[in-house]
Amino acid sequence: MNKTVLTIDDSRTMREMLNMALVQAGYRVIQAVDGVEGLEVLRAEGADVVITDINMPRMDGFGVIEGVRADPAHRATPILVLTTESDATKKERARAAGATGWIVKPFNPTKLVDAIRRVAA
Amino acid sequence: MDPFESIKATFFQECEELLTDMESGLLAMEQGDDDSETINAVFRAVHSVKGGAGAFGLEELIRFAHVFETVLDEMRSGKLHLTDEVAKVLLRASDVLADHVAAARSGGSVDEGRTVGMIADLQGLIDQDRAAELGLNEDGDTSAVEEDFGFVPVVLSLDEPAADAPEVDVAALMAAAAAPPEVPTADGAGTAGAPFWRVTFRPKAEMYAKANEAALVLRELARLGDVEVALDASAVPPLDQLSAEQAYLTWTIRLSGDKSEAEVREVFEFVEDDCDLEVTREGEAVAEISEPSFAADEDASASAVEAAAAAPLDLDALLARVSTPPAEPAAPTAPAPEPVAAAPLPAATPPAQDPARLDVAGLIALAEKASQDHAQTQSTPAKAEPKADQKAEARAAAGPATAATPTIRVDLDRVDRLINAVGELVIQQAMLSQRVFESGLARSSDVALGLEDLELLTREIQDSVMAIRAQPVKSVFQRMPRLVREVADMVGKKVRLVMDGENTEVDKTVIERLSDPITHMLRNAIDHGLETPEEREAGGKAAEGTVRLAALHRGGRIVIEVQDDGRGINRPRVRGIAVAKGLIAEDAVLSDDEIDNLIFLPGFSTADVVSDISGRGVGMDVVKRSIQALGGRISITSEPGKGSKFSMSLPLTLAVLDGMVVSAADQTLVAPLSNIVESLTPRAEDVHLIGGRDAVICIRDTFVPLIDVGVALGFRDTPLPPASGVAVLVESEGGGKAALLVEAIQGQRQVVIKSLEANYQHIHGVAAATILGDGRVALILDVDALVTTSRRKAPRIEKRMAV
Repeated sequence: MNKTVLTIDDSRTMREMLNMALVQAGYRVIQAVDGVEGLEVLRAEGADVVITDINMPRMDGFGVIEGVRADPAHRATPILVLTTESDATKKERARAAGATGWIVKPFNPTKLVDAIRRVAA
Repeated sequence: MDPFESIKATFFQECEELLTDMESGLLAMEQGDDDSETINAVFRAVHSVKGGAGAFGLEELIRFAHVFETVLDEMRSGKLHLTDEVAKVLLRASDVLADHVAAARSGGSVDEGRTVGMIADLQGLIDQDRAAELGLNEDGDTSAVEEDFGFVPVVLSLDEPAADAPEVDVAALMAAAAAPPEVPTADGAGTAGAPFWRVTFRPKAEMYAKANEAALVLRELARLGDVEVALDASAVPPLDQLSAEQAYLTWTIRLSGDKSEAEVREVFEFVEDDCDLEVTREGEAVAEISEPSFAADEDASASAVEAAAAAPLDLDALLARVSTPPAEPAAPTAPAPEPVAAAPLPAATPPAQDPARLDVAGLIALAEKASQDHAQTQSTPAKAEPKADQKAEARAAAGPATAATPTIRVDLDRVDRLINAVGELVIQQAMLSQRVFESGLARSSDVALGLEDLELLTREIQDSVMAIRAQPVKSVFQRMPRLVREVADMVGKKVRLVMDGENTEVDKTVIERLSDPITHMLRNAIDHGLETPEEREAGGKAAEGTVRLAALHRGGRIVIEVQDDGRGINRPRVRGIAVAKGLIAEDAVLSDDEIDNLIFLPGFSTADVVSDISGRGVGMDVVKRSIQALGGRISITSEPGKGSKFSMSLPLTLAVLDGMVVSAADQTLVAPLSNIVESLTPRAEDVHLIGGRDAVICIRDTFVPLIDVGVALGFRDTPLPPASGVAVLVESEGGGKAALLVEAIQGQRQVVIKSLEANYQHIHGVAAATILGDGRVALILDVDALVTTSRRKAPRIEKRMAV
């Protein structure tokens, strides 16, 4: 059974890139365009790994992390933060909220897939 | 298309949208909107452009976006305040960013000087330190490809085969397993006598509750230097007393290297309050360690730990291995087994039969098990497995699900093919109806009734299809603020652009062609409509001129208005030019409106008046022609000293038209329904001849020209006796009325417009052509042209008469 990865990013370009990289690697990919939709989709469809952007309308990545962690079903679901931000305080905030890892864009598709395998293989 | 190229295309498409959003945000900011959501939205737009550009290695774009983004970030964090000046710089920066995107898209280059100047301006807005840092880090930051804080495996289901776990890791694992004996001897000797940190780490239950992982912390620690980790699991109670929500494990870590205590403690920053932590510096040799938790089998364990720490990838491989079923001694479906297995271990001394697994990975796996069990316990452990399967099935059934969005994006070509097909369907349906009718079938026959339904349905399909192509004019309007800024800067005027009706919808092809005329009208309004700030102040007006751009629906058409509060048209001058150029008779009697509209006459705007009217070498007549080609009209109204207003109206779609089918001189013609006011049978006594030739008709006490369509279009020379025909009262866009005299009205129907120009050439008085139900071609009348001609002809005739 292929793992399902939920990608949350407001950029269509980024969603398509993630989709391409992850589908090629054999994952099932579901997408959401912002934090609010991300949590809705996660609740409705579930996912084995969540990859979220930080800067998004309606609900940002921190909100996503908190929302995922607040859901009893996803306390242990790995959350990878994927963003162009490399600012330390934001990183720490995400970590404190329960993020499992942080990847800075632009991402290398191979490394991204490696990272997912490491958290959810 | 290459998937990468296709994503790139998506990126540029998205850039367009982002730039548009960004500009509207910036414009709001210029108006003083410093709402954090507005600033955030602008930031996100620039940020997304940069993010995407990074993926495609568009260096120049990234570099500029980065500086821009930094300034916006300062604003977001409240360090930079929104002022008029700041908003203007940001707006110009958005223009430069748009140039960069365009250059990246076309593979062209940007104006380097402008970019450098813009970067300097942006840096001027922010704190000097931040600006300096920006200069230094520019390259490093943009090309950064980093992965940060370690990835902690969260094993979701140990007994589920990891179908997607790569074979590669096995090789790495083998390497790691084989490596230990060699590495440590050298390493161990080197570190044996050196000082090291001893860290005792005892997580509390709260730490796991916050989804923190002991393993994560250990992994972080391992990044600081060589580590040896020992686990004290002696506090783990017997199974019947074990609570999954409690914490029982303590780790003791020996960390070699020269890191400061602060650095070591930093690793524990997030868990500090949720654990007991001791960090002590010890300089003793390895031999003096009497800590019981450091296992008897220390060499083996140290080897593995050091090998793992030295090669993080191998560690990951080990982790992967540990989490896959074959390597795992038990398949823990219930939360309890793992801690129990751990319990009997005397102070983490590894089972002797498998020294290779006595490593940090094993310990981390244990730690992580503890936290995961904890998490699972809090959810509903009993249901966890079946539920996962059910969900999986549900998802599989749902197919390649994406988030539910209410819109889809469709290639325009597909929509166009559909529209063409529907156009043909309309024609076919009309032809079929006509044949059936001609065959003498009764109106009440089943076939005729069925055809009627078909007609309704066809109409509905057509409307729906047209609606697909309708888009708000926003996309065009949003490009205009930049133009206004640039033109205003160029001519040294202060201009405020006000836009209205941006959400007015119109067919996409119409939208695309709105851009040029609007651009021209705006330029004209700023360049010539508005006075200089000094003149304005002298005239008692605000120094800043206002230009209003509006879109609205009127009578099945879209109307675009460009209005300025400038000086208005200098009528004596315009009239003088028109007379000098022989466009009107010297003594022609023209209303103010007619004088104003003279500027649209071909030949009016020539070299010596260019500066007065357009300043760009494109006369208003060219604008007018391009609008007419779209079936549109343009007119101007003006009030001296108060300003002018250009109104341009266009059909909502270029594909179909509601028309009145009429016959004149044995020809079938179509008059656009939107022009028609009413139709009547003229009485002979209402028709008068002016100068013995040009007829006017009196309709409710108003005289309007009566135009014999057959003559006007050259189908015949002798006019039709008015009383034997039908007069169709039409109104042109300019507001002028006329009655079109035709022989008969055949009916009203929707016709599919076929461009005459594309297939033949422009004919005065004819807007386009269509194919009727019987397969014949019918011309669609250009009512405005007919009306204007008749009106303009009058003074000329007067002139002829006068001579």
